Amino acid sequence: MSKDIRVRKGLDLKLKGEADKKIVNVSQSSIYAIKPADFHAVVPKLILKEGAAVKAGEPIFYSKYDEKVKFCSPVSGTITEILRGAKRRILEVKITANASNEVVNHGKLDLSNASGEQVKSILLESGCWPFIIQRPYSIVANSEDTPKAIFISAYATAPLAGDPEFILADKKEAFQAGITALSKLTSGKVHLSVGKKSGLKDVSDADVHTVKGPHPAGNVGVQIHKIDPINMGERVWTVGAEDVATIGNLFLTGEYKPERTVALVGTAVKDEDRKYYKTIAGANVKTLVGTVDTDNTRIISGDVLTGDKLSNDQFINFYHNTLTLIPEGNQYAFLGWLPFTRNDVPSNAGTSFSKLFGGKKEVNTNLNGEDRALVVTGEMEEVMPMDIYPLQLIKACMAGDIEKMENLGIYEVAPEDFALIDFTNTSKLEAQEVIRLGLDLMITEVG
Amino acid sequence: MKWVRNKLDQARKPFEPGQKLEKFAPAINAFDTFLFTPNHTTKKGAHVRDVVDLKRTMITVVLALIPALLFGMWNTGAQYLYQEMGLANVTDVPFMDAFIEGAILVTPLILVSYIVGLTIEFIFAIYRGHEVNEGYLVTGLLIPMIFPVDIPLWMLAISVAFAVLIGKEAFGGTGMNILNPALTARAFAFFAYPLYMSGNAIWVHQGATDSISGETILGTLAQGKSVAYNFFDAAAGFIPGSVSETSTIAVLIGAAILILTKVGSWRIIVSGFAGAAVMGLIFNAFGLNALMEFDWYMHLVVGGLAFGLVFMATDPVSAAQTMKGKWIYGFLCGFFGVMIRVFNPAYPEGIMLAILLMNVFAPTIDHYVIQGNVNKRKKRLAKAKANLQTA
Repeated sequence: MSKDIRVRKGLDLKLKGEADKKIVNVSQSSIYAIKPADFHAVVPKLILKEGAAVKAGEPIFYSKYDEKVKFCSPVSGTITEILRGAKRRILEVKITANASNEVVNHGKLDLSNASGEQVKSILLESGCWPFIIQRPYSIVANSEDTPKAIFISAYATAPLAGDPEFILADKKEAFQAGITALSKLTSGKVHLSVGKKSGLKDVSDADVHTVKGPHPAGNVGVQIHKIDPINMGERVWTVGAEDVATIGNLFLTGEYKPERTVALVGTAVKDEDRKYYKTIAGANVKTLVGTVDTDNTRIISGDVLTGDKLSNDQFINFYHNTLTLIPEGNQYAFLGWLPFTRNDVPSNAGTSFSKLFGGKKEVNTNLNGEDRALVVTGEMEEVMPMDIYPLQLIKACMAGDIEKMENLGIYEVAPEDFALIDFTNTSKLEAQEVIRLGLDLMITEVG
Repeated sequence: MKWVRNKLDQARKPFEPGQKLEKFAPAINAFDTFLFTPNHTTKKGAHVRDVVDLKRTMITVVLALIPALLFGMWNTGAQYLYQEMGLANVTDVPFMDAFIEGAILVTPLILVSYIVGLTIEFIFAIYRGHEVNEGYLVTGLLIPMIFPVDIPLWMLAISVAFAVLIGKEAFGGTGMNILNPALTARAFAFFAYPLYMSGNAIWVHQGATDSISGETILGTLAQGKSVAYNFFDAAAGFIPGSVSETSTIAVLIGAAILILTKVGSWRIIVSGFAGAAVMGLIFNAFGLNALMEFDWYMHLVVGGLAFGLVFMATDPVSAAQTMKGKWIYGFLCGFFGVMIRVFNPAYPEGIMLAILLMNVFAPTIDHYVIQGNVNKRKKRLAKAKANLQTA
């Protein structure tokens, strides 16, 4: 069954620095890390101590408020360092891999006869559970919930993002198994959104939707909004495309192997290095890009709109399959505000000819202005395909007015849905941060 | 450029954090960022940003005002000289004579407006510890453009101070004001100094003789007399009036710039003219007095209606903020503008009062538009709950 989702509002940022569709197998990176900060709102409770030997798939910490949710080591090796920050908050659990490849095996499961409870307990035990993200709030799913539906987006529209179709090309069997497993967890349906020319249209146990339109059409939040919007009190889950294959692989082989095919993109990467790299979640940046002068280069785990800033010796975010390197924009621009100048910078505004001079653009991290009072109206609506008033919702979040936030649809959004507003708005408002803080307020006040 | 940059970096030093003049940093920043877009990089959120910023947006509005301003300078000079020289037509005045005379008359108004307004803006930026917002670049130019040319400079200065202090800063500064600051200045002067803001003598520069007639079309009509100007005169702007609002054609060039650059809302502009036309047609249908008989299409080109709708009603801060709200807001601005003009001849400049009135109602309009979205969401929730119970 195939249904069409047509997104009209939005903006495709056409950037230089795409990855070639070639896969490189990375020789085992020696050091990996799990970063609790990747799992928003999870308070980690350590199980193992520094110096302990771990197998791949062995739990390292669990969530304080949902003890069944375990976070497991991606590789076998030794916990060499537990890096702590202010107030002893755990920043990184670093694992140095060894060659023994010892893996915790949970046994194969015949999915056709398995019950939802069986699937759930294996997911929780194996460390695959954190792949499941709950909406509203965009946090790791609660193990007690049954969602009204599960959404998977296999269509990426974010600038330079890795192409899920390409990543899944040799993982179709595992992907199908993953969808079948997930379909046991919901009272409703599994919805899979794919691009027009997708090779995934024939999967079973899921409703397949064809998505058309500019970014953020590929954002799962937009797809949820078009397919089956979230109402107050409802829960839906989302899983990343490659993670579905990892889940499927768990049931096919019994092993937790959080594979990541990372697209290395951006103009600060050498042409010949811009490819897809097959590695394990939590890989070290250095193993992929070598040593980079971070004064002149911004290393971003994820895409340029939503990613995290990293330094050379840090680790790729648990969920990300894109690593972007672009030049820092720490230069002045003489009379940079003159209308119709600097058309080489991408823009959605009418005061730039950027859109007329098509073609791919090179971007840097310059803010292109300074933060100002909110003056201009109507520009946020241009890049917000949901039936939501973005400016009003942002203001409600800033004011912490919970009733207003609920009325205006806070349950239907995640920070990533406001990434284009970060990009386009004249006042340089940090919309994603505002929405994240708003969601955090909802978690503590409403739950 | 490097030399300029180095000099600036040197001049900035005493203003850096921890230095003596740290508090006054917004002042030097305003000059610095005017010359150079700063080298700031993104700290959080999206890593790349659009090239657009508030400076660019505001400068675009200033650009859109230039045709009206240049025409206004010429017209101000021409209206005066053609009576002074005893010529038959406004257009008979030598072009450069008229333009230079007008520029001499108008420039002091612009200077006073900018100096007074920007001084207050800078003081508030330093006091509040935020950067200077660019909004006043537009307001400061709009104000002299909608005043009669002979307004004493001190009156202009007080009006500007009132508009910026009470109209804007009292509400929290740029982005927070309820009323359009430029119109607030004009409304203040209109009620504080009525002798200088209305009547039949003030719309054309008086020179030494004090014998020049400067009746506006609307003023003439209000007295029940017939008008000597035709549609073309009014549209082109060869008529007496405030400094720069007379030429509908120049205003429409500005409107085109605003619409094409998406800086001004085409919804407000289009629906504004539609509202004025509808009200004009309604009055024409009754036609009880000279003002009501005044053709509906003439209403669109005389007085400040076009200028007000294009440059004042579209101020995004004081206008409605939702798309549907903009249609309603714009329409009512035009509608009430013509209504006030016709029903209350003591206030020939109805559009000023209409826009200020609609500024006050804009949040209410938005409230009901947004409530529609909220209700849709509530209905969906109720339906989902009902489904759950039957299931």
